[in-house]
This record gives sequence, structure tokens and C-alpha cells, in this order.
Amino acid sequence: MRHIIAVLIENEAGALSRVVGLFSQRNFNIETLTVAPTEDPTLSRLTVTTSGSDRVIEQITKQLNKLIEVVKLVDLTEGDHIEREMMLIKLKATGQHRDEVKRTVDIFRGQIVDVTSSIYTVQLTGDQGKLDAFINAIGEAYVLETVRTGVSGIARGDKVLSI
Amino acid sequence: MEMLSGAEMVIRSLQDQKVEYIYGYPGGAVLHIYDALAQQEKIQHILVRHEQAATHMADGYARASGNPGVVLVTSGPGATNAITGIATAFMDSIPMVVICGQVPSTLIGEDAFQETDMMGVSRPVVKHNFAVKHPSEIPGLIKKAFYIASSGRPGPVVIDIPKDMTTPTDKFEYSYPESVSMRSYSPATRGHSGQIKKAIELLLGARRPVIFVGGGTIGGRACGEATELAQALNYPVITTLMGLGAYPSTDRQWIGMPGMHGTYEANMALHHSDLILNIGARFDDRVTNATEKFCPTAKIIHIDIDPSSISKTIAVDVPIVGPAKSVLLEMLALVAKSDTQPDVGALSDWWVEIDQWRQRHGGRYERNDNGLLKPQQVIEALYKVTKGDAYICSDVGQHQMFAAQYYKYDKPNRWINSGSLGTMGFGFPAAMGVKLHYPDAEVVCVTGDGSFQMNLQELSTCSQYEIPVKIVCLNNQSLGMVRQWQDMNYESRHSQSYVESLPDFHKLMDAYGHKAIIVKTEAELMPALEQAFALKDELVFLDIHIDPTEHVYPMLVPKGSMRDMWLSKTERT
Repeated sequence: MRHIIAVLIENEAGALSRVVGLFSQRNFNIETLTVAPTEDPTLSRLTVTTSGSDRVIEQITKQLNKLIEVVKLVDLTEGDHIEREMMLIKLKATGQHRDEVKRTVDIFRGQIVDVTSSIYTVQLTGDQGKLDAFINAIGEAYVLETVRTGVSGIARGDKVLSI
Repeated sequence: MEMLSGAEMVIRSLQDQKVEYIYGYPGGAVLHIYDALAQQEKIQHILVRHEQAATHMADGYARASGNPGVVLVTSGPGATNAITGIATAFMDSIPMVVICGQVPSTLIGEDAFQETDMMGVSRPVVKHNFAVKHPSEIPGLIKKAFYIASSGRPGPVVIDIPKDMTTPTDKFEYSYPESVSMRSYSPATRGHSGQIKKAIELLLGARRPVIFVGGGTIGGRACGEATELAQALNYPVITTLMGLGAYPSTDRQWIGMPGMHGTYEANMALHHSDLILNIGARFDDRVTNATEKFCPTAKIIHIDIDPSSISKTIAVDVPIVGPAKSVLLEMLALVAKSDTQPDVGALSDWWVEIDQWRQRHGGRYERNDNGLLKPQQVIEALYKVTKGDAYICSDVGQHQMFAAQYYKYDKPNRWINSGSLGTMGFGFPAAMGVKLHYPDAEVVCVTGDGSFQMNLQELSTCSQYEIPVKIVCLNNQSLGMVRQWQDMNYESRHSQSYVESLPDFHKLMDAYGHKAIIVKTEAELMPALEQAFALKDELVFLDIHIDPTEHVYPMLVPKGSMRDMWLSKTERT
């Protein structure tokens, strides 16, 4: 099963390499990984999406917790949560198809952020499923390039991950 | 406030940490530190002949004393040579602080002379590592390193110090912190009371219980409490390879070591148990055999300071995260005031069954009538001569298993071996580390002709510092454990397991100024051992020729359960 794990980690040189190293060392999957400093500059927040049996996920959270620089973590998929990913996607947009691309972007509430006579560059935000659905709707033949940020997530309601 | 250079801070911090010995080897990147070392007398430095040995010496000391061992090496090859020893300590949860030099910070990343990314190289085999970014951080980082290394589940910590952080002319204010607090690191200080209550209910209701004691009981200094609990309940006790000595091996309630080469009775009792109380053992693959067949009828209580060791390989029923000592103290108090008592009848039936298993194998082995010594005989003789009171520092291989099986450990911290990493070459330097700190104790390295040659250069260190360890070499002219597996799984094709051209150990010891005794027959064995131990101030190497065809038994049958064992070359359960 897919899990989204949010981690607060000391914002120190090498801290990220410990997380990445842990995953490869122990044969865990990383599907996506995002990381950036938080409002407290001494802390970074990292979101990992991973998959595995319950036992593997339990090991992942325990092993992450064991890293000295990890301050706190939560498996967001254990409760209600919001997940978002941002994609920039460069699409062929010529002839009759140009309008169709525009319509699809509107339906998915994307924004065209750059235009040439034959290309739209689109910014789209949503969960992984929405982004995948957009690519399907456009048709892979029209996709020139994509870049996705990976998932970031936050719990719904009054649950807060902070120290 | 005192003004010190980074190099002086390293040494002063170690002094303030009450470090007596450091083991190391100088080189370009640590010359400033070595210069500061030369200008003081509180800390003695032991110059090894290879950095791997420095880490094993520190490790041996740590295992015997429970305190972190300290290593000082230079950058590049100095640091990489230390990796095997760091990994050895990591896998067995041994506290150690390794200070290694690094090229000046201005050169890092430029492939400078003797540059290695030690932070990266060591990362998978340390509990934590630090890189010094400014000289003034040094005292704080050293304090943290000792704290992390020795608290929670212990392990090695590396401090990487670029040379320009130790420049003698750059002075900074020095003060050594009295305590450490880290928001991201706070090991459990006690177990969950609700879980402990649940555990006690299971424990007292068991009809076929075993107490399963691992290295965490020794590391957690909880052997007294574990022993008290076992004796209060009259339950059988099994100690893992890492836990030998945590419970007295000569006591009736001790039924042996579990696993690959565990005793028949320990493996049988585990398999048939209805309750396992695991204290600080991690159910590793050399113990459990096939995990899906592991102890099918047992409920499991697992006490461990490291939550990730619980339910990693074997799912447990009652997990208790906490230090073994405080959890066991709480358990003892609950047992004492509990109204329920163990079912005496069931327990006595259980003991009858265990005693029958004990009769069936009981550590037997066939003696030769052709005069060739059996390795088991040698260990039994060693036990007799040292009255069971020596520190036994083992290398890795068949001799290690024989030393685990046939020496009886009544005290913790006396059996010193590389259990998890299985590092050949560990035993001799580890013994040196122990002997330095316990000069009046008998310290023995039990080794083989293969393992010993992996760190024999330290004979020179022993001459320099007069470290009179005794080396018992079970010489079978082969890599015995490899050979055993080849006999059992590869139709006796002994691929590369025969050690051709062994040195003349007698001449070798002569060259370093040590004594050697060659033993080839049973008649020579006891007198040789007695002579060796009578020479208190000399390193004595006992080159004991043994039967090269001997195998270690019992041995778990691969992919089987705990009750599936070879009991001899021809007999299996």
C-alpha cells in the first residue's frame, strides 16, 4: 500500500543523504521525495511517498525515527490528509488541437504559464491521480516534457506536525 | 576563559571525558592533533600497525568495560582502514568514538591527497557522524559523540575533522559541556507500564516458558535483574551468542545458546515453548532459521531499547520499548506482589522434557583414537586452566563456535566476539584492548590459522607496549567453517579453503620477541596451557594442531525450524 510520510529533520548538511541512504541501504522504495526548509530555518520538512507491506512501513517509520537528525515524523496516510503535487508540462499545441489542449487545461484547472506558436507550457496542481489523469486526457503523443515536484502532504483538521 | 587550538581542544575534551587510552595511527591530516597529544600525559596513545586493529582494540575495551572505546586515525586510507572495525562495532551495538582527520576544508571535494568522503563512506555503518565546520564546535561535538555512542542502543560515532580546524595558531575559548540535550534524540528511559503488566500476565500464565537473553542485556547492564527474574520464576534461560555470560552458564537453569550452532536443548525448548521473554535480542537470521517456521506455538514478549528491532523479523505479541534494566526492575516488583504464580506442575513437566533434551546431545563430541586433538577438547582444557574466569576474545570461524559452546561464561562482558559482522581478525586486537585495561586478568584470544593472519601485524604493537595476551590458535591448516559448508553443501570441493604455506608460527613469534608453544597431542595440551598461563608477563602463542576434518554441531538445517538440526555428520533430528 502507498504511504505518505512527513518528516521534520534538522536542517543540516548531510541530513538528507542519511534519509536517502537509509532507503537504499534497507531496500525500501522511494516513489517521490520533496524537501525544503520550514518556517523555522533550523528544520526541514521532507515528504516521502513509499509503498510496502504493513511490516515494511513500520520498519520505515522506525528506522527513520532512529536517524539522529530526525526530530519527528508522521504517516499521513494513517488519517485524513491533503496531498498535492505540482507539475509543469510542455505540450504540443498546433492547429485544431491547440483549442482542445486549452479546453482540457481549463477542465483540469491548470494554468498556461508560457506560450509559443506551437507550444503551451502548463502548470497543474493536484494529487498524483489528477496529474496522471491530465496526461491521459491530453494524450502522451502531445507531451513534450514533464517535471513533477513529488508529493507534499499535510494532515486535515487540527492535527499539526511541529515541535 | 581558556584559549585553545582545535587540536588542543580534541585532546582536552578527551581528557575531560576521562579517556585513558586511545588507539590510533598518525598521518598528515591529524598531525596537529598528534602534536597536542605529545604535550600531555593523561591520555596514553597506543600506536597500532593497521587502523583496523585500532578500532578492534577500542571495541574489545568497550565490550569488556561497557564504556566507549576511542580511536584516532588520519584521513583517506587511515579512515577507510578503520571502516571494518567501525562496522563490527555498529552491528554488535558497541559504543565507540572514532576521530578521523580530513583534508583542509578548502580542499574538500577536490580529490586532494588522502581525501575520502568519510562522512559518506561511514554513514551506513555508524550510529551517527559529525563533520566539524568550525574549531569552536569541537568540545560540543565530542561531548555529543560520547553521549550518542553510549546511550540508547549504543554504537560507533565518527567525528570528521578537517586539518584547518586544528591549526595550532588559531585559538578559541574552550569549555567542555557538562551535559547534552538534543531535541532530535531522546532514547526511552523506561518501558510502558501497561505493556509491562500485560507481559507479566503472559509470563506468569506460561506453561512452557523460556527466557531469551541477548546482547542488549549486557549492553543495558541488566544481567543481575535478568538473572533475578529467571531464578524467581525457575524458568529456563537461553543466552544468544551476544548474550553469553548474561546468565551464569554453569547454572542448572541455563540451557545454552540458540540458533545455527546452538545447543540441542535450547533450540528444542524454543521450538516447543508457549512463551518467549526476549530481553535485548533481535531474532537475527542466525538464530531464527526460517522465520515462518519459528516457534509456532510461542507468544513473544520483546524488551528492546531500539523499537526498530522489535517485530523486524519476527512479529511479537507484547513489545516493550525501554532499557532492559528499568523494565526488568518493574517486572520483578510486579512478580513479587502478584497473586498468580506460575503453574508448578506444568513447569516441572517442562523441565523434565528439557532435561531429556539435555541428555540427548548435551554438547557431546567424539574424541579421536588416533591422537589428533579435537578443538572442543582444547576449549574444555582452556576452561579448566583459566578456571572459567578469563576474558575470551574470539576470532571468527569454527573456533569461535567451539569457544562459545565449550567455555562456560558465568559473568557478562567476558565473551568478546564479532557476532553480527563476523569479522575475521577481530579477536587478537580486541584481546589487546581488554588486556591493557585489565592487566591482572587472564585475557585469551581464541583464533584459527586463518583469522589470526588477518591482523598478525599487531604482534609488533604487543612488543612495544608489553601486552601479554595469550593466543590459543586452533590450527587446522584450513578455513574450517568454509570447509565445513563445502563439505555439507558442495560435495567437499574445498575451493580455496586450504591455507597453503602457513608461516612457522614459532619463528614468527621469535621474530617479534614473543613465545610460541606447539601442541600436537593430548598429552602435550594441559602442560602447554599451564606453562603459557604461568608466564604472566609474556605473550604466548599456542599453536595447537587439531583435527582438520571436525565440524561444528549441532547445526540448524537450512530453511527449517528451530528443531531441525544436524547433531553430527550422520545424525539429524
